[in-house]
Amino acid sequence: MTMVDTTRRVPRVPAAGVVAAGVILAALLVAVLVPDRLAAGPDEVDPLIALRPPDGTHWLGTDQLGRDVYARIVHGARISLVTGVAATALAVVAGTLLGLLSALGGRLVDEVLMRAVDVLLALPGILLALLVIAVLGPGPVSELVAIAFAAVPGYARMIRGQALSVRRADYVTSAVAVGVRPIGLVWRHVLPNSLGPVLVLATLGTGSAIIIGSSLSFLGLGPRQPTPEWGAMLADGRDFLSTAWWVGVFPGLAITVTVVAVTVLGRRWQRRFEGLR
Amino acid sequence: MTLLRVDDLRVTFHSGRERIGAVRGVSFQVEAGECLAVVGESGSGKSVTARTLVGLTGPGAHVEAGRLEFAGRDLRNLGPRGWREVRGRGIGLVLQDALVSLDPLRTVGAEIAEALRQDVKDRRGSVLELLHEVGVPEPEQRARQHPHELSGGLRQRALIASAIAAGPSLLVADEPTTALDVTVQAQILALLAERKATGTALLLISHDLAVVAGLADRTAVMRDGVIVESGPTAQVLGDPRHPYTRQLLAAVPGAHPRGTRLSGGQAARVASAASVPGEPVLELRGVTKRFRLPGGGSRDAVRDVSATLRAGEILGLVGESGSGKSTVARVALGLLAPDGGEVLLEGRPWSALRERDRRPLRRRIGVVFQDPLSSFDPRHPVERIVAEPLGVIGHPRRDRRRRVLQLLDQVGLGAAVLDRRPVELSGGQRQRVAIARALAPGPALLVCDEPVSALDVSIQAQVLDLLTDLRAELGVAMLFISHDLGVVHHLSDHVAVMRAGEIVEHGPVDTVFAAPRHPYTRQLLDAVPRLEVVTPGTAR
Repeated sequence: MTMVDTTRRVPRVPAAGVVAAGVILAALLVAVLVPDRLAAGPDEVDPLIALRPPDGTHWLGTDQLGRDVYARIVHGARISLVTGVAATALAVVAGTLLGLLSALGGRLVDEVLMRAVDVLLALPGILLALLVIAVLGPGPVSELVAIAFAAVPGYARMIRGQALSVRRADYVTSAVAVGVRPIGLVWRHVLPNSLGPVLVLATLGTGSAIIIGSSLSFLGLGPRQPTPEWGAMLADGRDFLSTAWWVGVFPGLAITVTVVAVTVLGRRWQRRFEGLR
Repeated sequence: MTLLRVDDLRVTFHSGRERIGAVRGVSFQVEAGECLAVVGESGSGKSVTARTLVGLTGPGAHVEAGRLEFAGRDLRNLGPRGWREVRGRGIGLVLQDALVSLDPLRTVGAEIAEALRQDVKDRRGSVLELLHEVGVPEPEQRARQHPHELSGGLRQRALIASAIAAGPSLLVADEPTTALDVTVQAQILALLAERKATGTALLLISHDLAVVAGLADRTAVMRDGVIVESGPTAQVLGDPRHPYTRQLLAAVPGAHPRGTRLSGGQAARVASAASVPGEPVLELRGVTKRFRLPGGGSRDAVRDVSATLRAGEILGLVGESGSGKSTVARVALGLLAPDGGEVLLEGRPWSALRERDRRPLRRRIGVVFQDPLSSFDPRHPVERIVAEPLGVIGHPRRDRRRRVLQLLDQVGLGAAVLDRRPVELSGGQRQRVAIARALAPGPALLVCDEPVSALDVSIQAQVLDLLTDLRAELGVAMLFISHDLGVVHHLSDHVAVMRAGEIVEHGPVDTVFAAPRHPYTRQLLDAVPRLEVVTPGTAR
């Protein structure tokens, strides 16, 4: 008996990559949550050991003020991750509200909101964030608001599209025919069924939020010194790149690895979600 | 001469670690110039069999066969190149829906020309000739149009033209008329019969026994990946040996006296409703609904439609696609406001109300849609789906589960389905859940918009029986919308025939079906394929 085999392998995200991303994120979370058992605090200045290369005590070396780079990166993780996640959460909530309003609030509301979104989407996110900081002044809170503001138009547009298609779904019509009130329709059917793809997008968005946050800090618009923030550390390290590479390279690596890890996981969820549809 | 010979064909799909045997040892042959029909319900493996014959079984499929020969050529070890030689020139494939089977960005002419194996300069003439041959009027103009600009019937003709372009000796037609209206279906079946008369062999895949009856010389009945019965069509349909074939035949509404059960084998009589006409529950008075067209202007989807539905009565609304019957349903449900006329529910204004005032009255009118899967929130389990209307009418929370179970019991489902999500149910179960949900608030009227069109014939039979029982039990009236005249004839007391937005004829179902007065009704009735067995050779 002969066979005609048309089996084809479906390419998948390499499992190892996903596992690695998970491990890195878990490590970062531990860094954020577990109280420190580090050689030194992030703000302990010691001019005597300034710009030491990595060794047994200071795993990633010390910076120009003799602060432990490793300690600062671990503490910085708290700020960078929290900023990324919180800004994204803020953006998703605001974007969802605007998107729903646009989809369900009638033609005029939709036109006004979506033209505004069009304008905002035309500008690069970092530019929008800079604009917000210019208005609010630098600082951690305005940085958070700035990052969220830059991301809101994308989420609003997406939720609007989802809500428009869900609103026309047969099951919503069926609920209308049963006599469900508009608020019940939105809360029970339209909102939950619109959120799925947005949550996937939000995971990916967390990565870019971290980058925008770091960029703002790099430009000196984020938390003030001496707060350990990866972007700010990178900015400090820039002056010593030729003499003490570790001051700039390690914070840079931390940013890169985190964003890649978040993105790999986000893509994975995206695939899984699309597979379910 | 034997054109196609298939011995012990097995197709297995691998999905993760699972192996699903879609076709499990099927053998048949097709002689030159004959028509073999493969009939079966969804999941029987008939389409997989058809696609395997052109090497398009799909990813993840594993095909084995003792013999797979076409015109003396072994198809088992063909590479992509070999298949390309067989496809089109040897075996042509016609799929169900021409709208998705034709490239939307290319003209019909270009699509057909692609299938021609000849010099570019000769193609134009051949394309027009082919279009003419399949009965497309004004081929010059049609060849320049895109698929979406053509009607369903013309598209299907164009698809057949491209399938026969390279002169195949076997045409595999997979549900070629399923997406078409009944009058168009009749035309396409006639066209296929014509191809057969010119010597092309046909392998006709269908779920519809009546479609097969007029065309096939031999019929094979498939179920769960195996052929349970095969033989001359006259014998298989006229004197079925296998119980499954008998069950299939029994489930066809058109082949039955009214007032008898379709499922369960015996033609037991169903309980009939009280014959005394009740109070009117739904009145449509001169309803008109106009839609604005994208390019400006407007079109009357429904024009001056009047109908009265009394308590416990079933009014069948038949018509082809685009006739406006679903618009009538949406107006009746208060989902669309009529542009003219009015709708009364239980003698009170209905269409004239504001939605806020209408909402409390919605409990009196329930709806069952065609596709139950899309009419359920995909995230909700059955319990929540059925309980939602109970929440709306303020049914006590403590008592909801008991009521849900009671409703499920009424539609023949048990507590086992409570926690399942819609995707985890079979098509028949889903439609039962949809009916339970519609009944939950205790309506006087159910609007059923093509409720059985997506179901296999045996499941359709069960759902039709269920609706009949519920009417007798609860005295609920129904506005039953369908394109299937057999189904409407079986179920309804009165029937209204719609065409282009207007009701052209209405009356008691027996009168309309036995002595149609309007020419369109007659045309519709004539186009329905019948389950009368035609002796091979005398076929039209």
